[in-house]
Amino acid sequence: MKYQSQKIALAYFSVAMALFLVQVSGGLLAGWIYVSPNTLSDLVPFNIIRMLHTNSLIVWLLLGFFGAAYFLIPEEAEREIYSEKLAYLQLAILIIGTLGVVVTYLFNLFEGNWLLGKEGREFLEQPKWVKAGIVVAALIFLYNVTMTVLQGKKTAITNILLLGLWGLALLFLFSFYNPGNLALDKMYWWYVVHLWVEGVWELIMASILAYLMLKLTGVDREIVEKWLYVIVATALFSGILGTGHHYYWIGTPAYWQWIGSIFSSLEVIPFFAMMAFAFVMVWKGRRDHPNKAALLWSLGCATLAFFGAGVWGFMHTLHGVNFFTHGTQITAAHGHLAFYGAYVCLNLAVFSYAMPILRNRDPYNQVLNMASFWLMSSGMVFMTFVLTFAGTIQTHLQRVLGDYFMDVQDQLALFYWMRFGAGAVVVLGAILFVYAISVPRKEIIEPGEVSEAPAG
Amino acid sequence: MREVMTKSMTRNIFYGGSLFFLIIFLGLSVHSHLYILNTSTDADKLTDSVVAGKRIWEDHACVNCHTILGEGAYFAPEVANVMERWGVQNDHEAAFETLKGWMEAQPTGVEGRRQMPRFDLTDEQIRNLADFLIWTGNINSQGWPPNEAG
Repeated sequence: MKYQSQKIALAYFSVAMALFLVQVSGGLLAGWIYVSPNTLSDLVPFNIIRMLHTNSLIVWLLLGFFGAAYFLIPEEAEREIYSEKLAYLQLAILIIGTLGVVVTYLFNLFEGNWLLGKEGREFLEQPKWVKAGIVVAALIFLYNVTMTVLQGKKTAITNILLLGLWGLALLFLFSFYNPGNLALDKMYWWYVVHLWVEGVWELIMASILAYLMLKLTGVDREIVEKWLYVIVATALFSGILGTGHHYYWIGTPAYWQWIGSIFSSLEVIPFFAMMAFAFVMVWKGRRDHPNKAALLWSLGCATLAFFGAGVWGFMHTLHGVNFFTHGTQITAAHGHLAFYGAYVCLNLAVFSYAMPILRNRDPYNQVLNMASFWLMSSGMVFMTFVLTFAGTIQTHLQRVLGDYFMDVQDQLALFYWMRFGAGAVVVLGAILFVYAISVPRKEIIEPGEVSEAPAG
Repeated sequence: MREVMTKSMTRNIFYGGSLFFLIIFLGLSVHSHLYILNTSTDADKLTDSVVAGKRIWEDHACVNCHTILGEGAYFAPEVANVMERWGVQNDHEAAFETLKGWMEAQPTGVEGRRQMPRFDLTDEQIRNLADFLIWTGNINSQGWPPNEAG
């Protein structure tokens, strides 16, 4: 650790990992309710559990991004973070908000209250006071990191990262706009949801990935940063108008069917470019970095993001296809692999890279960490497959033949059992990851003698 | 790429191009906003009761089980066309009666069936919710969903 203030990231990553465990446990419970629907139905209904699952995901990913920014900005800007105190204040606000959300959802407090009650639009269910807290925390964060960068060295990585984080905060302001007209509500709701995950979050992802590649492969900065600009250019050129693929059936004009189909098809390109970038850099790079686990997560991130966000997204993005698949388990399949590949793996790559440095140790414990990658990733890929099959059958029975929703769901039971099994593997992988990062003090495999290459 | 483009070229393409697409997007957004207000939804029928119904829909986090116009959780049926499915679209009184009957039969407690919670809504609130769902059913959603099943 070159700069003392990078230590801030340790606190962010720890809270993020705790919430990560909450998130996957919530997911597993929700998956169980699919196969055994009476579970907890009187105490904590499905909708509450799903809110905890999705909200904790978003919060821990954000905490990971914030932590990653506090970790990499000092190295990039070559100076300490402007104020450590503000960074911890920001974290405290976010933790209080998160606890407030959990208590409000679980005990269904202040229902209907404009300030204290949950707001009930998907993913933006947080009570207004928590939303306000998020804005305050984001402002503190942006002030803190922007001051750091302004006084230090400016690189392409910090420029893109800051642009992404500013965009994230500004777009969140649309969560306060909730008109009585449902079609308008939906149109601006996507300003937050789509322009986050298929817009500014991609900037954050690309810049963090570029930083990891720079450190892990030792490729020349000039080359990495040129790639970075090309990747984020394709991301925004396709992603901004790609919002149109959410404007097919919500009361918006029909021209979005063409704009959305064309531009969201192009959204595959940035994900392909990120995958190509990661592999080319590793191939070109001469550095044999000891942190193999971080490298595995980085390559896994780029690959699974390409399949989850890119291929699975394209699969149902053309309006002729989406007319039938919209709002089926196909969407759930895509959502799971896209979030896992693009943003979960990215955060876990950063944790794997940064935690040993933050705790001033060798990169313990590689074997367990890499095992957790294969467990989690294979579980998530299998889950994506079974949900895709379930969604295909659902689309045919419900959207083509016109069978009723619940009759169709009953026929999908086998897939939901397999999804639950896949989810259990993911949870095991997540627990193993947190264990591998935080507990072991000794490597399982002692480094052996390096054998000489045979002469000749 | 090394010979063809320099870093500053790629940077300028990124900023310039993103601004270009953002401006197009904002222009289309303004048009879509007006299209929603004037064409695809009925502003005259957006009564206080419809808006109150939307708040009830939100306060109880209905979207985290159901979908509405295909968006939400995929655990429970689509509701944008539920009144059509029940055969009471645009009949406010019948919609209220049917919805009340449905809401007050929950949870069924049937073993192995997904359970909808009991929300203990007043008649007034159920009326609001029914009006909201009727209004939603009248949004011009370009022909979606494909059939009555939603």
